[in-house]
Amino acid sequence: MKITQRTFDAVIVGAGGAGLRSAIQLSESGLKTAVITKVFPTRSHTVAAQGGVAASLGNSEEDHWHWHMYDTVKGSDWLGDQDAIEFMCRKANEVVIELEHYGMPFDRTDAGKIYQRPFGGHMSNFGEKPVRRACAAADRTGHAMLHALYQRNVRANTQFFVEWMALDLIRGAEGEVLGVVAMEMETGEISIFQAKATIFATGGSGRMFYSSTNAFINTGDGLGMTARAGLPIQDMEFFQFHPTGVYGAGVLITEGVRGEGGILRNSAGERFMERYAPNAKDLASRDVVSRAMATEIKEGRGCGPNRDHVLLDLSHLDPKVIMQRLPGIREISIQFAGVDPIREPIPVVPTAHYQMGGIPTHYSGRVVAPRDGDPDAIVPGFYAAGECACASVHGANRLGTNSLLDLLVFGKSAGDSVIEDVASHPKSLPDLPANAADYSLSRLARLDGQVDGESVHEVQLALRRTMQDHCGVFRFPDLLKEGVSEIMAVAERVGRSGIKDKSKVFNTARIEALELDNLIEAAKATMIGAATRQESRGAQARADFPERDDINWLKHTLWYREDNRIDSRPVHLKPLTVDTIELKKRTY
Amino acid sequence: MTTRTIQFKIYRYDPDKDAKPYMQDISVEVDSADRKLLDAMVKLKAKDDSLSFRRSCREGVCGSDALNINGKNGLACLTDLKSLSGTVVLRPLPGLPIIRDLIVDMTQFFKQYHSIKPYLINNDPPPETERLQTPEERDELNGLYECILCACCSTACPSFWWNPDKYVGPAGLLQAYRFIADTRDQATSERLDNLEDPYRLFRCHSIMNCVDTCPKGLNPMRAIGKIKDAMVRRAV
Repeated sequence: MKITQRTFDAVIVGAGGAGLRSAIQLSESGLKTAVITKVFPTRSHTVAAQGGVAASLGNSEEDHWHWHMYDTVKGSDWLGDQDAIEFMCRKANEVVIELEHYGMPFDRTDAGKIYQRPFGGHMSNFGEKPVRRACAAADRTGHAMLHALYQRNVRANTQFFVEWMALDLIRGAEGEVLGVVAMEMETGEISIFQAKATIFATGGSGRMFYSSTNAFINTGDGLGMTARAGLPIQDMEFFQFHPTGVYGAGVLITEGVRGEGGILRNSAGERFMERYAPNAKDLASRDVVSRAMATEIKEGRGCGPNRDHVLLDLSHLDPKVIMQRLPGIREISIQFAGVDPIREPIPVVPTAHYQMGGIPTHYSGRVVAPRDGDPDAIVPGFYAAGECACASVHGANRLGTNSLLDLLVFGKSAGDSVIEDVASHPKSLPDLPANAADYSLSRLARLDGQVDGESVHEVQLALRRTMQDHCGVFRFPDLLKEGVSEIMAVAERVGRSGIKDKSKVFNTARIEALELDNLIEAAKATMIGAATRQESRGAQARADFPERDDINWLKHTLWYREDNRIDSRPVHLKPLTVDTIELKKRTY
Repeated sequence: MTTRTIQFKIYRYDPDKDAKPYMQDISVEVDSADRKLLDAMVKLKAKDDSLSFRRSCREGVCGSDALNINGKNGLACLTDLKSLSGTVVLRPLPGLPIIRDLIVDMTQFFKQYHSIKPYLINNDPPPETERLQTPEERDELNGLYECILCACCSTACPSFWWNPDKYVGPAGLLQAYRFIADTRDQATSERLDNLEDPYRLFRCHSIMNCVDTCPKGLNPMRAIGKIKDAMVRRAV
């Protein structure tokens, strides 16, 4: 097969919010940059974010980045790195204002400023009461943001490779990253993208669960490539279940609904969150609300004939608020739940939503991996931002609206780090190893040659069911043990799965098979991480270890693909300039 | 769980092996958990993995799965299976080159979108805070910024079929007006110049297919009317 070699200063994989934000930095700086993306940029999953992006602008009431930092550390159940969290919260105003200048159509206050609404876990004065911090464009903030970022890239003349899929990382003899191998979907042709810097902005892996708010494309591609290249993946057991996915369909209903006054009710019509979080109530952290919902359902207070969901009630809100601030939610409820929330409550259930873990990075966006006793050793040439990365600002549980902030702040800082690193090493491109594309080609050859393989569709269903049944909101020792052996059995099946379609032209069956290769790595990391961590913290709720254990488990989990090896890195408890936010029991 | 079988007739063409396109007859059993056309298409693909189509968010915000459903453009993920009776005929969006099966080449569509300079132009030095905009000024962007670039409208427009290289088309014009309507944008005059041309704007003959087909309920024709108004206003 003919392999084309292309050279760039930087290659970005992924064109969602993080990739596009990095691309703005790089294109505007004049570096020769390629952005590789499986889908046209505005189809990326950032588009589905609804409620807002966090920044302590204080447009409606007093707010402070330090309060935001406190909330984020507490939300993370102290697993977040406090230097990265301070960095993000301090940068928030700057990146949100930049976005407004790019043309983002934020809603407005009467004074003409960016409209802000309350969101779960965001409080004033170090945890006192909910604060309006989520900057919103109706309930389409992600859509408005992704389009604004793409539009800014059109202005900057960014070079996109649309409907190309990156297959594998290329690493040099010293472990440095030298680029990626990628496939053009329309033709099936393979190219090597050789670059001084490679930024992964490949998004999450939420498709590993049977019931998920995530798009089909969220298959953990960056995680798969990173794991296959021998690098670790961090904290994957912390997978966020969003409290309000539409029952049955899984489609997201923003927490902004509760920010605007929506209430969760059980079969008795009771506002049950008052019992679980007397202060924040429906606006407690997502892990807390999801566990409360799962408990209500488990104890027989669920709604519907099977008592298997709860209700999100907006009917007491002024219909004008719904029409003005939550129009997309109304559309989704009518489309996917068959109810008009102006009159009827929406049936909802906790639904897999966001991966807090990912590729470990420094807050500059540089990827790290332990080496020679240094837990934070940098992997030269490799950067990551957004959901695929783990800086870690979300720790064990992410606060709503911090993901859109994460991708702006770290997309930008990864871009800035690349600019800095390329400038300080102006040397020409490092040599590629011989046969740099061989590994990818062997994976493609296996798919082409596989006869009578089990269908990719069947195997991915088995993967998603295994994760759903064994690694949910609550985690039980016997289910986890069984889950580990089942997911390893699924991994065997992935290696033997096959496709009937062997066409070179836009072969989506082949894409789905390659995506499954990535998803299984993310799933193994998640299941094995969950089985390994013997404590409950944030989104990891172990029935057999119900308490947080700071003595043994205040550390990041690292999972390596080879032999499923588990290692750890210390949590950065020291912020950049302020005092450490001291460990304490987490209540809302 | 109740099930039913749906018959499909689907446009198929793989240039790697097919001499010419053909319509494939295929059926699939759906159950009560399958609400949307996309759910059925995913099941069809499980039966025949060579069936090729784009899809991503499955909730009507990414714009990937636009196709021609029983003669009308729409999104597979927002089309209720209950609304479909008899044999369901699926074709690629009309008027664009076909890459394979239901996947069209959207280059021309995006070229027109890019031609209207779809980004805010404001040459004042950026202030330290946001540029102010009243809620009423912001409301002017409603019905415009929500576009998902699915191309249902432009590929339903006969004027776009005849002149895809010269006529901007309803999707591009809707976005052109999105920036004209934005009080923060300073390039209205340049934007109007860019459209003052027998083809770029004035090929719109108010056929209204765009309004009829938009899966997001947007109204490109009204936006086109407002651009024409702005041109008249500056001419007098």
